[in-house]
Amino acid sequence: MSFSVMLTQLSAGMVKTVGIFALTLIFSLPLGFLICFGRMAKKGVAGKAAGIFFRAYISVMRGTPLMLQLMVVYFGPFFLFGMSIGSNWRFPAIIIGFSLNYAAYFAEIYRSGIESMPIGQYEAAKLLGYSKPQTFFKIILPQVIKRILPAVTNEVITLVKDTSLAYALAYAEMFTIAKQIVASKSDFMPFIIAAVFYYIFNLIVAMVMEYIEKRLNYYH
Amino acid sequence: MKYLEMNHVKKSFDGLDVLKDISLSVEEGEVVSIIGPSGSGKTTLLRCATLLETMDCGDLAYLGESAAAIVDGRSVYQKPAQLAKIREKFGLVFQNFNLFPHFTVMKNITDAPIHVQKRPKDEVYREARGLLEKMGLADKESAYPCQLSGGQCQRVAIARALALNPRVLFFDEPTSALDPELTGEVLKVIRSLAQMHITMVIVTHEMAFARDISDRVIFMDGGVVALEGTPSEVFESDNPRMREFLGHYARV
Repeated sequence: MSFSVMLTQLSAGMVKTVGIFALTLIFSLPLGFLICFGRMAKKGVAGKAAGIFFRAYISVMRGTPLMLQLMVVYFGPFFLFGMSIGSNWRFPAIIIGFSLNYAAYFAEIYRSGIESMPIGQYEAAKLLGYSKPQTFFKIILPQVIKRILPAVTNEVITLVKDTSLAYALAYAEMFTIAKQIVASKSDFMPFIIAAVFYYIFNLIVAMVMEYIEKRLNYYH
Repeated sequence: MKYLEMNHVKKSFDGLDVLKDISLSVEEGEVVSIIGPSGSGKTTLLRCATLLETMDCGDLAYLGESAAAIVDGRSVYQKPAQLAKIREKFGLVFQNFNLFPHFTVMKNITDAPIHVQKRPKDEVYREARGLLEKMGLADKESAYPCQLSGGQCQRVAIARALALNPRVLFFDEPTSALDPELTGEVLKVIRSLAQMHITMVIVTHEMAFARDISDRVIFMDGGVVALEGTPSEVFESDNPRMREFLGHYARV
């Protein structure tokens, strides 16, 4: 197999890798906020119940392997409910598995940011008459985003590399293809190309995040 | 007219009685200073008056409108909507400013009048520029708080509180986080507000300042009002605790 054919096949896989990456972020970043709020809820019976539930959720999501979680999401409907699972289910299962897992990590990052805010910011907002939603969206959230950006960058970079776990469900993302070519052609080259692809992808991610950090550097 | 009235205020934290039956009333246009040793409950009293802390017992009213009343020996507060209306009647300047770091000076001052009070933008901006001028910060409107000195930050915080046109303005040790040089510029601004007859309640450790600008001075000690009166009555009192407290200043 020529180098250019390899490159073409791996590039096609790379499109799918980017797909997993982008969709996971689109779903898990907002979902993390819901989990974070549930985790931090304290008021009333419902709040306490939510607190316990989401604490357990985060604990399980962080305490078990992502690969196993992907398997559960993919095979669960069959083993638990006897539903037939076709190949149409493969991609949604991957996105659901990744999003549920990453949302748990993002929730804890958000919580660390929100809890690091000085109480004086809330008190000043209260004195000035801001409502609770106004206080959160205008005063707290912008500062939280600045504070958590480095931690989010870490997680996003990990996600780029974690997309390779989709091979567990035989989804033809870039690394799955690389392994197939290596096995069938006894050629080591696809692994090197894969490494370069991941590295460049992460270089771009790091540059974008650094740019955003710089944009938010106008205050401290 | 009584702008602020609080009676029989009690507050304890984890069994520690910080306020033991304190009453405080402030008339329109009055400047009241609260002095006293650390831990005497000055700041807690201020935080109760500004609804940042809930009283265990005590009533609280602004311009005759009740925020909390005593029922069976305990404070019962009005509904949140009513409290929100009462919050419009006072402002608070914090010891450590609590400016919003991601807002410019101008936005710190104008955001609440525009988005909370829903006042017209041009009017708010015009007033804000006037306030900044008065604070000696006319050239700082597009600066961020991190680019300002502590004294400048505190003056922005004063302008931010004034922009909402409060009837009573509270100061919680407004110069305690500042060095002597910066303290002077903040005190000068507060002094100018006193000359404009803005009703103020000031918790301070600046004795000469309190003596100079106050209509009335309250000396708190151990959670009670130990002494209250005109500045000369209080500062020239024979009260042994007051003499001891002032003695610490004389020695410095």
